[in-house]
Amino acid sequence: MRKVWDLIGGVHVPENKHQSVQSSIGTLPMPKELVIPLTQHIGAPPKLLVAEGEKVLKGQVLAEPKGFVSAGVHAPTSGVISAISDHPIPHPSGMAARCLTLIPDGEDRWIETKGTEAKGLEDYREHSPEELLNIIRQSGIAGMGGAGFPTAVKLSARQPISTLIINGTECEPYITADDMLMRERPQEIVEGIKILAYILGEPDEILIGIEDNKPEAYEALEPYLKDTNIELVEFQTRYPSGGEKQLIQILTDKEVPNGGLPADVGIVCQNIGTTYAVKRAIQQGEPLISRVTTVTGKACQTNRNYQVLIGTPIGHLLEHNGFDESQCPRLVMGGPMMGFTLEDLNIPVVKTTNCILAPTAEELPTPPPAQPCIRCGMCAEACPASLLPQQLFWYAQSQNHERLEAHSLFDCIECGACSYVCPSNIPLVQYYRAAKGDMRKLAQEKISSDRARERFEFHQARKEKEEAAKLAKREARKKAAEQARAKAAANEDGSTEGNVSGKTASSPADDIIKAAMARAEAQKASPEEQREKLKRGITRAESHVESVQKRLDGLDPEATDKQREQALAAIEDAQLRLNDAQQKLAALKLPSTRSASDSSMSSTPSSAEKTVMEKIKASPKEALEKKIATLKERIGVTEEKLAEADDESLKTALQNGLDKQQTKLKDAEQQLAETPNQLEAPTATPETEDAASVAIARAQAKVTAQASMSDEDKLKASVESLQNRLKKAQKKLTSAEAEGSEHIDAFRTGVEKLQAKLTAAETQLQQDAK
Amino acid sequence: MYDIIAQNPLSAALVALVGLSVIFGAVLGYAAIKFKVEGDPIVAQIDKLLPQTQCGQCGYPGCRPYAEAIANGDTINKCPPGGQTTINAIADLLDVEAPTLDEEHGEESDVKTIAYIREDECIGCTKCIQACPVDAILGAAKLMHTVIVSECTGCDLCVEPCPVDCIDMLPVAKGLGDWKWDMPASPEEQINGLSSINMIATDKDSDASDKTDGDKAA
Repeated sequence: MRKVWDLIGGVHVPENKHQSVQSSIGTLPMPKELVIPLTQHIGAPPKLLVAEGEKVLKGQVLAEPKGFVSAGVHAPTSGVISAISDHPIPHPSGMAARCLTLIPDGEDRWIETKGTEAKGLEDYREHSPEELLNIIRQSGIAGMGGAGFPTAVKLSARQPISTLIINGTECEPYITADDMLMRERPQEIVEGIKILAYILGEPDEILIGIEDNKPEAYEALEPYLKDTNIELVEFQTRYPSGGEKQLIQILTDKEVPNGGLPADVGIVCQNIGTTYAVKRAIQQGEPLISRVTTVTGKACQTNRNYQVLIGTPIGHLLEHNGFDESQCPRLVMGGPMMGFTLEDLNIPVVKTTNCILAPTAEELPTPPPAQPCIRCGMCAEACPASLLPQQLFWYAQSQNHERLEAHSLFDCIECGACSYVCPSNIPLVQYYRAAKGDMRKLAQEKISSDRARERFEFHQARKEKEEAAKLAKREARKKAAEQARAKAAANEDGSTEGNVSGKTASSPADDIIKAAMARAEAQKASPEEQREKLKRGITRAESHVESVQKRLDGLDPEATDKQREQALAAIEDAQLRLNDAQQKLAALKLPSTRSASDSSMSSTPSSAEKTVMEKIKASPKEALEKKIATLKERIGVTEEKLAEADDESLKTALQNGLDKQQTKLKDAEQQLAETPNQLEAPTATPETEDAASVAIARAQAKVTAQASMSDEDKLKASVESLQNRLKKAQKKLTSAEAEGSEHIDAFRTGVEKLQAKLTAAETQLQQDAK
Repeated sequence: MYDIIAQNPLSAALVALVGLSVIFGAVLGYAAIKFKVEGDPIVAQIDKLLPQTQCGQCGYPGCRPYAEAIANGDTINKCPPGGQTTINAIADLLDVEAPTLDEEHGEESDVKTIAYIREDECIGCTKCIQACPVDAILGAAKLMHTVIVSECTGCDLCVEPCPVDCIDMLPVAKGLGDWKWDMPASPEEQINGLSSINMIATDKDSDASDKTDGDKAA
C-alpha cells in the first residue's frame, strides 16, 4: 500500500451521492434544439467555420481553435444551424454569449469522411506524441472537471513530467459523473490513461486518486490495472481533496509553488472524464460532443447520470427526470459548494457541466444573514490552502489590496470550506471572489495606465524633438542672414570707403545684383557644367532621332509618300538639333582639351554620334532588308503550320495568311530594289561623317526621287500636304483663340502664309493642267 | 600629549570639534555627490497614482505636469477621471486630509468611455491625431482616421478639434471578460432585505432602523 498524506484542513460534508448511482448512465431522447456556446473553455475564442442556415453532420467542426490556448467545438448531431446569436450561457454572471443553435434533423448521421468505426487510430503508438496532441486539440477536449482548460495545452508541458495523476476524487457532494464512468467504463479509462502516459513520455509514476467512498469504482478499475504500472490509490473522504493542488499534496506530499503550475513540480493532473474523452478521440476519432452529467436533487423525481450531448438545454434534461419547478427555489450547476445558480432553463449543458442540482428549499436552504466575525478561527482550520480566511475577510471588507496580496489571496481555491464552517454564516468565499475580481481589474488598469504613461512620455519627447529641430533651423537661417549682411557691409566698406549713408540704403539692391553676378560667374567658371548640359541635349536629340527612325521603320511599305515625307522631315529636324549641340560641344572642348579627364569625357559623345549616324545611314535600306527577312521567316513558319494542319478550315485560313504574307514580301522586295537607287548618293559618301552633309544628301535624294515623279503629281502632292497643314494650323488657331493664348498672332500669320502658298500651288496646278 | 590637553582644555576641545566637523563634512559632501537621487521621487510616486488619461481636465497638460504641480503644493482634488479613489490614494501618500473632488474640473463618472470615429464622415484632417496625447489615433492627411481602441484613454481631447464632429465618446462594451463577483451585501442590508427570516430573540427586539440610528449615535 502506498503512503498517502493527509489533506490540510478540509471539512466533512454530507455526501448525498447515493441518490444518483442507483441506475446506470442513461441516454436522453434528442432535444428539439441544441445551443452550443462558442467558448466553453479557458482561453481564446475559437474561429467560427459555419454560417447560419448551413447543414452540418455529427462530429463536424463548427469552430476551430484559434491560438495556442484554445479549443474548438463540434456538431453533437446532424442538423441545421438555425442561428448564431447571443444566448444565455452557464456562467455565474448569467450573461449571454455567442452561441450556435442547431436544429437536429433526427438522422444523427456522422460526418462522411470518417465512418464511425474506422476513423480512429488503430495503434496510437505508431504515431508521435505531437500527432496525438494535435488530435486532442482538434477534438476540442478541455478539462471536464470544471475548469475547462484545454487538455492539449496541459499535456504539452515544457517541464519533464515524472508523475501523471488521474483525478477520480470527485469530492463535491451530489456529483457522481466520474464515479459512474469508472464503474461502467473502466477499461476505456485505463486505455485513456495509457494514451496520456505515452504522450507524456511514460512518466515514472501513474496514480489514480480515489476517495474511499467509491468502493464500486475501485473494484471495477482494479482488474484492468494488473499488468500495468498504474497505481490505484485510495484515501480518506474529505472535502476538498479533489482540488488539483490538494490531490497532489495527498498523493505525493509535494506543494505546487505560489503562482505556479503542477508541471513545475513535474506533475500533470487529469480528470477521469477528460481521460475518457481522450480515449474516445484517439481510438474512436470521436470529438468531444457529449459528456456524462449528473442530474440530482429532491426537486427531481429520478436522480441519475446521463450521457448528454453538449448543447442540450437544461430544461430538456430536467423534463425527463420529473422536475418540479415549484419545489426548487434555485437551480445549481456544479455542486453545492462551488456551483453557481442558473437563472434560465434554456441554458445549455457545456463541456464542464458535471452536475445539474435541483434541490428543494429544505435541502439547500438560503444561508441565514451573516453575523459579525467572532474570530473563532474555525475557517483557518478548515482552509486547505493554509490561508487565514478571517484576516482575508477583514482586508477584503476594507479593500486593503496590499494586505490581501501579502496574505496570498490568489492561492485561495474558492472551495467554500471556510464559509461552510463559519458559525456566523459569513459568505467568506463571496468576499474573496469579489476582492480577486477587483484586484484583477486594478492590475489590468495599472498595465493600461502604465502603457498610456509611456505613450504620453514618448509623445512629449517627440514633440520636444520636433520643436527643437524647428528652432535649430530657424537659428541657422537667422545666423546665415546675419553673416550675409555682415559680409555685404564689409564689401561696401571696402568699395565705398567712408560712404556710410549710401551703404545702408543700397544694400538690398546690391545683394540682388551681386547674386546675379555670382550666378553669371558660376556659369562662366564651370565649362564642365555647360558641357554636361550640352551632352544631355545631345542624348535627348539622339533618342529623338532614334524614335523617329523607329517610326519610319515601322511604316508599312504601302504607306503613303506623305507619311514618309513627314518622318524624314522630323529626322532632319532632329539631326539639325543634334548637329547644333555637337558643334557647341566641340567649341567647348577646344579650350579644355588640355586636361586628361576632359578628353576622356569628350570621347563618349563622339562614339554615340557615330552609332546614330550609322543607324541613320543604314536605315531605310536595312530596315527593308530586315523586313524582308522577317517576312520570309514568317512565311516559312506558316508553311510549316500549313503542312501540319489537318483541319480543313484551318488550312484555308493559313493559306490565306500565307498568300498575304507573300504579297507583302513581294512589295517589300520591289521597294528594296528601288531604294538603292534613291539612296545611292548618301551611301556613296562614306567619308562625310558630318551628319549635316548626310541630311543634305538625303534631301537631294528626295529631290531626285521627286524628280522621277511627273510634275503634275508633284504639285498635287504638295497641294494636298499644304491643305493638310492649313487644316492643322487653323485648328490650332481656333484652340489658341479659345484659350486666349499669347501666340495667336503667330498662328494667324502662319495660317495666312499657308493659305497664300496653297493658292499659289493650286493656280500652278491649274495652269499645268491647261 | 595628555599634558598638553590637560593644560589647554578649551583649545583642545576646539581642535577636536573642528577636526570632527571637517571629517563629517567631507563624508556628507561625498555622500551627497555619490548617492545623489535623480529626479523628484515624490513626483513619480504621485504620477503613478494618477489615472494617466492625460486629459488635462486638471488644467495641466497631462498627468505628470499635474503630479509636479501637486508636489509643489497644488490641491489634489482636480482629477475627475481618477475620482475619489485617486484623491484618497494621493492623500494617503502625502499624509494630508482627503478632500472631495473639485466639481469645477468635471464630474467623476463610473462609465469608462472611449473615442470612436464615424469613419464614413471623417475627412482626414489629422486634427484629432495632433490632439491625441497618447498617439492612439491612426490616419494620414485626406485618409480616414481610426482610434486604436486598446490605447485610447478616453481623455476626450480629440472631440473638440474635429471640424465635422465625427468623433463620439462611447461607453466601453462590457463583456463576460469584464464581469466580476459583487461584494456580498452587508449584514444590515441582508436583514432589511430578508425581514421574513427568523432571527434570534435579541435581533427581533431591535428594529433594523433603530440599530442603524444607534450606530450613528455611537
